[in-house]
Amino acid sequence: MTAWVIGRRQILAGAGAVLAAPAIGRAQGDVIRIGEINSYTAQPAFLLPYRNAWTLAVEQVNAAGGVNGRRLETVFRDDAGRPEDAVRLAGELVNAEKVHLLSGGFLSHVGLAIADYANQNRRLYVASEPLTDALVWSRGNRYTFRLRASTYMQCAMLVEEAAKLPAKRWATVAPNYEYGQSAVRWFKELLGRARPDVTFVAEQFPALGRIDAGATVQALAAANPEAIFNVTFAADLTNFVRQGLTRGLFERRRVVSLLTGEPEYLDPLQDEAPENWIVTGYPWEQVNTPEHASFRDAYRRRWNDYPRLGSVVGYDTVMAIAAMLRKTNTTDTEAMVEGMKGLQFQSVFGPVEFRAIDHQSTMGAFVGRTVLRNGRGTMADWRYADGKNYLPPDDVVRALRPQS
Amino acid sequence: MENLVLQALSGLASASSLFLVASGLTVIFGVSRIVNFAHGSFYMLGAYLAWTFVTTLPRGHLGFWGGVLAAALLVGLIGVVVEVLLLRRIYRAPELFQLLATFGVVLIVQDLALLTWGAQDLLGPRAPGLRGGTEIFGMRFPDYELFLIGVGPVVLGLLVLLFRYTRWGTLVRAATQDREMVGALGVNQRMLFTSVFFLGAFLAGLGGALQLPRESVNLHMDLAIIAEAFVVVVVGGLGSLTGAALAALLIGELHAFGILVLPKITLVLVFLVMAVVLVVRPHGLMGKATGPAHGGAGGAEPVIGPAPRPLVHLGIAALVAALVLPPFAGDYALSVLTEIAIFILFAASLHLIMGPGGMASFGHAAYFGLGAYGAALAAKWLAAPMELGLAIAPFAAGLFGLIFGWFCVRLSGVYSAMLTLAFAQIAWSVTFQWVEVTGGDNGILGVWPEPWAAPKLVYYYLTLALCLGATLLLRRIIHAPFGYALRAQRDSALRAEAIGIDAFRIRWLAFALAAVMAGIAGGLFAYAKGSVFPTFLGIPRSVDALLMVLLGGVQTLSGPIIGALAFTGLQEQLVRITDLWRLILGLVIVALVLFFPQGLAGAARARWEARRGDA
Repeated sequence: MTAWVIGRRQILAGAGAVLAAPAIGRAQGDVIRIGEINSYTAQPAFLLPYRNAWTLAVEQVNAAGGVNGRRLETVFRDDAGRPEDAVRLAGELVNAEKVHLLSGGFLSHVGLAIADYANQNRRLYVASEPLTDALVWSRGNRYTFRLRASTYMQCAMLVEEAAKLPAKRWATVAPNYEYGQSAVRWFKELLGRARPDVTFVAEQFPALGRIDAGATVQALAAANPEAIFNVTFAADLTNFVRQGLTRGLFERRRVVSLLTGEPEYLDPLQDEAPENWIVTGYPWEQVNTPEHASFRDAYRRRWNDYPRLGSVVGYDTVMAIAAMLRKTNTTDTEAMVEGMKGLQFQSVFGPVEFRAIDHQSTMGAFVGRTVLRNGRGTMADWRYADGKNYLPPDDVVRALRPQS
Repeated sequence: MENLVLQALSGLASASSLFLVASGLTVIFGVSRIVNFAHGSFYMLGAYLAWTFVTTLPRGHLGFWGGVLAAALLVGLIGVVVEVLLLRRIYRAPELFQLLATFGVVLIVQDLALLTWGAQDLLGPRAPGLRGGTEIFGMRFPDYELFLIGVGPVVLGLLVLLFRYTRWGTLVRAATQDREMVGALGVNQRMLFTSVFFLGAFLAGLGGALQLPRESVNLHMDLAIIAEAFVVVVVGGLGSLTGAALAALLIGELHAFGILVLPKITLVLVFLVMAVVLVVRPHGLMGKATGPAHGGAGGAEPVIGPAPRPLVHLGIAALVAALVLPPFAGDYALSVLTEIAIFILFAASLHLIMGPGGMASFGHAAYFGLGAYGAALAAKWLAAPMELGLAIAPFAAGLFGLIFGWFCVRLSGVYSAMLTLAFAQIAWSVTFQWVEVTGGDNGILGVWPEPWAAPKLVYYYLTLALCLGATLLLRRIIHAPFGYALRAQRDSALRAEAIGIDAFRIRWLAFALAAVMAGIAGGLFAYAKGSVFPTFLGIPRSVDALLMVLLGGVQTLSGPIIGALAFTGLQEQLVRITDLWRLILGLVIVALVLFFPQGLAGAARARWEARRGDA
């Protein structure tokens, strides 16, 4: 019984799509549809601000008359953190919702799954967030572009600062999955190159989201390093910092830490935010460039909240897509792919280019040290590290990325 | 040396926290035999409520400890509500069916917590008077951890006193031993069950609330703790408090010292411990062999007869629809239908061991995933064509089914189910960690079908042919002598052995056969998706399979088919319609559980039989 009902419903849906096809054909002159897949229910802390800013950006583009007279429209889908669901939804967006391009992705493996779908089905995929280097290098493909500064780039930014420290004995702590493993690998390799005299005396790989912080902190302290490289984030970071502070792990030791300056991860720590860590992040209240100030004001007006880094990523993904569409003036996939290559646009952080060589954008990050001000953590002595200065030379990139 | 002492103390603190959560779970299981999936949700609610109370109440000792206690009591009351409104109505349902209900509660709580407390992680204040640290061997150790080390034994002591020296405790222990007998003696079972549930939920809430000064409060707490809590309960021996304490101690300390030697062991350690303990001691460290898990001695499940004529007609009609209509469907509808066909086979394979086999499996996704990995690895390393990949999938899954099954089918009930989970998690961690071969959590990409099978319609028919064939084969097997033997050993192992049925061998073969079938489904899934990830073997996928079988009804042959259709269809539709799909899916599951305690197909059969006047 149920078999038949569902079968019929799918058929009706299919028939509906066929009937609706002429309507979509007509509408195509007016609307450009973006299919946006993200782990909204699995990672709400990052993705709610992301979606808010996305909505804001689309409203702004449409209020200004759209792109070449066509309005932008977004179809949001929740992959619940499962790559296999993301692939199904990508199919749904392309085949049933008739979107012109795909975007989104927060978790690396979800991003890779969508990228592979895009490659197989020849659709443009503008990845916003997934950090894995594989997305544009070892598993890079013609149809995939990525906005955010990758694991490698952010590690390179931190190594530059770490190399200036006198510390010679280092320990690392990272969540045990691809992001943590590659961050530690790059950090070791790049720091070893910049400072051949450093040694790594301990490494800890707690399971993501399930850190046993007390034991991990104690194990790091036992190795007595002079400095620590931290890759944990979110709940793991909070627990690690709390145990580390009470056990005195961070006293007389420098800590270099990925992403910790992002409001998503710094704000939950409130007045227990660690001080004097060297971090990558986003000091939203202090960046006063005209682009950023107007973005910040608009975001606050629209959502009555301050922007997080996720907001910047969501906003700039829309702006990058809009800039590409303005340049190509078509929704033909191959033309859009050509348009993305070498695309330059004005991001919230400044001018950004999607490199033709590996489809990575040159969006950067802020590097500084953490301080406590008015009972909450923020960044001081920060500078904007432009992503284009933290990518390997072109011949190395060519060796990393399959050339076709 | 000093370092090792501190490491041991850290282990003790974790063990103590773990015990608090596990104690509630084991108390509930002991009496009600409910596999309470929502226990992690109670733990999370305890932490969130404690955060709300502690940050609203005035600062100081009263505000903090009062807030913690109030949160735990409130969670206890929430537990009572869940028990009275939901679980009390389905105690008579088949074993494990309550798991489905509690899973609905998990989904509902996840969305409600997000709506109530927002997405951002929350940080509670530290405990007054226990903010700092104490010097031990020249190193600082947090006072609060010392306090936690004390709390575990105190709670254990109080619980032991409660169960030993109060009338209520005596009744609970009696009910743990034999709840029918306690009922026959005139004890109000309802009150007993409700109060036990209150205690269990209270302990979970207390465990969560006491994490406040230690950890951030976040939306992932529920699922992060639940698997570990179950492991502690099972390793300790179901229903045994001292066992749970011992198991928590073992796991806490092994964890603390394990990371000194092998930092990456964190991924899988608890499951390795569980596998070893269960292989050596089939009833956990302190557990005792219990009587037959369901329905008392000799309570045979209903006999499965040939399908009644209307059902045959319905099946044929569905088949015709599945064959004739797809050419008119769009690409997306086809990929959904392909997925549904795959999940029908996946659910049917689990049903073979759960229904006719009488064994539960919490780790069936292992074989689905191993099939997928078998195909994907062949494609990646041997450049095998799709046909070969699909042929390798069932062999890969079946091989591991034989190996894992040999251990699992020796055990019974929840122990056996948890051992399957342990093996599934070990397999999962290998695919996750062995980056050079499996690509780690970034998976294997580019597993696409051959050009001839690439069109969605062709691939759908290929999938339909294989899945339908395999599902019908399973159905045939259940009606064959092998199936009769399988059902005989389920209903009475003793009598089956007496007539010469080798119950162990029958169960083992059934387990391996189910693995083979799941492997076929996994291989097809790999090529349908184009990529393979460790999530294919993960706990959520195993839970999905379990839900499909339970939703459809364990004791009917069409159950898994209908369950797979309903669950996959429902989820697929809801995700597209609303952000609150977890809330709605949870409510739907709870409603289905209340109205169809025999599962969807079971309810249909009951109605059919009622109308016919007899069975």
